[in-house]
Amino acid sequence: MASIKLFLKSSVGRKFLVGITGLGLSGFVLTHMAGNMLMFVGPEAYNTYGHKLITNPFIYIAEVGLLAIFFVHMGLALCLALENKKARALAPSQKPSNCEKDARLGSRYMVHTGILVFVFVVLHLITFKYGPYYPVSYHGVEMRDLHRLIVENFKSPLYSGWYLFSMVILFSHLVHGFSASFQSLGFFSVRNCLIKKMGWAFAFIIAGGFFIQPIYGYFYGGN
Amino acid sequence: MKLHLKIWRQNGPSAPGNFKDYEMDHVSADMSFLEMLDVLNVTLVKKGETPIEFDHDCREGICGSCALMINGNAHGPDTGTATCQLHMRRFKENDTIVIEPWRAKAFPVIKDLATDRTAFDRIMAAGGYISVNTGNAPEANSNLVGKDTSERAMDAAACIGCGACVAACKNSSAMLFVSAKVSHLAQLPQGAPERAKRVRGMVTQMDQEGFGNCSNTGACEAACPKEIKLENITRLNREMVRAAFTE
Repeated sequence: MASIKLFLKSSVGRKFLVGITGLGLSGFVLTHMAGNMLMFVGPEAYNTYGHKLITNPFIYIAEVGLLAIFFVHMGLALCLALENKKARALAPSQKPSNCEKDARLGSRYMVHTGILVFVFVVLHLITFKYGPYYPVSYHGVEMRDLHRLIVENFKSPLYSGWYLFSMVILFSHLVHGFSASFQSLGFFSVRNCLIKKMGWAFAFIIAGGFFIQPIYGYFYGGN
Repeated sequence: MKLHLKIWRQNGPSAPGNFKDYEMDHVSADMSFLEMLDVLNVTLVKKGETPIEFDHDCREGICGSCALMINGNAHGPDTGTATCQLHMRRFKENDTIVIEPWRAKAFPVIKDLATDRTAFDRIMAAGGYISVNTGNAPEANSNLVGKDTSERAMDAAACIGCGACVAACKNSSAMLFVSAKVSHLAQLPQGAPERAKRVRGMVTQMDQEGFGNCSNTGACEAACPKEIKLENITRLNREMVRAAFTE
């Protein structure tokens, strides 16, 4: 028990937790993106899917779990980032290095892209989960018309633009985050060719999937 | 060749440092970078100024003493070389070269470009060894080690402990150094019995010294003069998980 405690308190252990929660969140965005694809099938399929999710009694357990994963990921990552800043200690006249041997851009701005993703998630919940309730009824069952809400929001070029921008940020976060998680867990190095390609592919699938939805909504919305 | 140098001058650990400009004329392209600094120091001494302090010893890339940030690059622009192996032919007429000490809180500046890297020694003392009496070299076939394993361990053992990984890392993390030492010993039959105790001790000491945390960017690997691979950090993480479930 003492060795597990020591592990979780160490830098390696905390990075392990950031990695494993990051992969959990990656799994969530994948299912979220795939579920949203039902909007292309039609309003009925999409709304019924949303209704089934929200009326499932396990949804509360899943929500609490997801929230816990989200806050562990974010809290630990911020705590580690503050430690990193303290460890660096550059004099004001010393510029951060921008040189031949530097690391890839996305990997250097994980905290920044992460904070932007957090801002997006908060606004996203306000817009959709806690947004206006439009009732619709299929086969005698009343449910929320989420499809209408989505199309309404995506009709605004400003909202769609912000959404697309956020997806580019999420893409950058996932490209590094996905492969880096496997390194933090001790499975593969981020230099591993397969895991590197998988990181790019995963980020591409997620961001790509979320990309076509606002574009569709924008045109479907009668613009 | 004419060069403009911007060199970090700092009188002591707690003194505020700043960049000072130096002009150099007639720098030969055949000089090594450290020889160029030697020449500059001779002219400073002749003028009655304090020479620039910098670390160096073997000047052939094995001791790990030399440690300069050159234009933001640890050990200069070349890959797989230490500062002492960098030559002036890498620079052009009228170039401006910015020279700084290693950047990390855990490596406080002693004076000018020389930093205190004893934090690495303390990490080594926390487990970077095997607890057996060394005698004569044992009979070669008494301890069989697979070729792949011995190559991986040998590659990790190439680490000279210069601290370029820490200096290059945006978080000043010492993970590449620690992972090289852990990887080197954990894979060999002599080091394996103490692997859990070793990794726990070294990581705990690394955290206590005030190094940052790894964010898997790979800047350390790019800066390493011995080209220690990032996969060693993966192995360190794995060793640490393993140690969590070992007494």
